[in-house]
Amino acid sequence: MRDVAVVSFAQSATRRDQTRNEVEILLPVLREAMEPTGLTTQDMGFTCSGSSDYLAGQAFAFVSALDAVGPWPPIQESHVEMDGAWALYEAWVRLQHGDIDTALVYAFGKSSPGDVGRVLSMQLDPYVVAPLWPDAVSLAALQARSWLEAGHSEKDLARVVARSRRNALGNPHAQLSGDVDEEALLDEPLYADPLRKHDCPPISDGAAVVVLAAGDRARELCDRPAWIRGIDHRIDVQALGSRDLTTSASTRLAGQRAGVRDIDLAELHAPFSHQELIVAESLGLEESRTTINPSGGALASNPVMVAGLVRIGEAARRISAGEGDRAVAHATSGPALQQNLVCVLEGT
Amino acid sequence: MSDPVTGIITPIRLDYTYTPGTSPSAFLRGMKDGKILGRRCPSCGKVYVPPRGGCPMCGVEFAEEVQVSDSGTLVTFAVVNVNFANRVIDLPYVSGEVLFDGADTTSMVLVQGIAADEVRMGMRVTAHWLPREEWDFTFANIDYVEPTGEPDADYASYKEHV
Repeated sequence: MRDVAVVSFAQSATRRDQTRNEVEILLPVLREAMEPTGLTTQDMGFTCSGSSDYLAGQAFAFVSALDAVGPWPPIQESHVEMDGAWALYEAWVRLQHGDIDTALVYAFGKSSPGDVGRVLSMQLDPYVVAPLWPDAVSLAALQARSWLEAGHSEKDLARVVARSRRNALGNPHAQLSGDVDEEALLDEPLYADPLRKHDCPPISDGAAVVVLAAGDRARELCDRPAWIRGIDHRIDVQALGSRDLTTSASTRLAGQRAGVRDIDLAELHAPFSHQELIVAESLGLEESRTTINPSGGALASNPVMVAGLVRIGEAARRISAGEGDRAVAHATSGPALQQNLVCVLEGT
Repeated sequence: MSDPVTGIITPIRLDYTYTPGTSPSAFLRGMKDGKILGRRCPSCGKVYVPPRGGCPMCGVEFAEEVQVSDSGTLVTFAVVNVNFANRVIDLPYVSGEVLFDGADTTSMVLVQGIAADEVRMGMRVTAHWLPREEWDFTFANIDYVEPTGEPDADYASYKEHV
C-alpha cells in the first residue's frame, strides 16, 4: 500500500446557522485548510466530498457546493452521499493508483433547516420500517434499551456525557461544553426512554476539510503528517431485528482489518452516549490506556455528514501536534451504528 | 393462495425552513425594494445575479454588492409552442435569457410586448415590474421584459453568454 497522510485539517464552528448557506459555510474552512499547505484547490489531484441533499432539502446541493472549490478549469471530482469519512476513503483509494500525490476531501451539512430525526428515517427499509417514521432518536433509544438490559448501567452513560462536555471545553468548534456533575445528569428527565436529552447530539450545521498527500509530498507539506496505517469500512445487515444492537460486529471487523492496537487516542463517532461505549468495546479500547474523544466527540457537536470526517481530522491534528503516536478515528452512518469506518493514524 | 401484493403507497413528507444564505438573502431583499442586487467576485471581477455562495470560477467569497440595471440585452430565447398543464399564458410565448447591464450572468425572463416571430438575439429590453404593492422577496416581481426600441447590441458584447 502507498503511504498516505492527513497533512491539513480545518473545521467550522458548529451551530444552527440561519444566516449562511452551505457554500458560505464551506468557503472559509477550505481556505483555512489550504493555507498551511501553500497549495490551491486547483493543485489537488483529486477532490471528493460527502453530504446529503435530504438534510437541507436542497436538490443537487452537492453540485452547488463545488462553487466553494472553484472548479474551473475542470477538476477531477467525486461525491459520496455519506459522511465525509467515506469521501476520505474514496480519496485514499484514488491515491493508491499512484498517478496523483494530493487529494482534497470536504464535507458539509445543514441539519437545522429540516427535522433531522425524520430526514434520517428516509434511509430505512422503505417497505416495512420507513412508513412507520421511526425517528433517529427513537431508534437509538431502542438500541440503548437493549444495551442496558444486556447488563450495563445508566451511570456509564452519564460518565460519557460528563467527559464529553468537559473535554469540549478545550474545543473551540464544539457546541456543547461545560463542567457537569454525573449525578446531576441522572436527575434530568427522560427524553426518549432510556435516553435523556444530554445522551443525544445537538443539532449542528457545519463543514470540514481534510487535505491528503502521499509519500514525500506529505513530508514536504507537513512537519509531522498523520499517516493512514489502516482504513476499512464494514456494514451490518439492514434489518434492525436481524442484528445484536448491543454490540457492533461491523466496527469490530473494520477495527481488526485496520489494525487497531496500542492506541494513544481515539476519536469515536458516537452521536448517542451508549454508542460510544459500544464502539469502544468493539474496538477493544480501554480508557486506562487510550484517551477517548479528547475533542468531546459527536455529543458536543454533530454536523451530520461531517462529524465522521471531523473525527479523522481531530485524531490527525493531535498526532501531527505530537499529542500521541498512534490514534484511531471512527465514523458511523445509518441507523443505530449500521455502517462503520475505522482509520488508524500514526505520527511516524 | 392469496393475490400477490404488487404495490404499496407510503406517504412521505419532509418540511424545511429554507435558509437562502447571506448573498441570496440580500438579493431577495433588494427585489422587495425593486432593485436587482448582484455581488462582485474580488478575483475575476464578474458580477453574479443572483449571487449564491461565492464565485464558482474562482472559489472565493464575494466582496462588494453591486446594483445592476433592470434593462439589458436578450442574449438568447426560445419560442414556446407546446401546450402543457397549468399554462397561464397564451401560446406562442417567448422565454429569454437576459444579460442585465452591469451583470455577468444571465437571468431567465418572459419576453412580452413584441410578436414572438419578431424577437431576436441582441434585442435591448427593460423590465416590466408588477405593481409596487405586489412586490415580495422574489425575482417574480419582474413580470416580464419588453423591447426598449434601442438599436440591437453587437454580438461581440454578449457572445460569451450565448
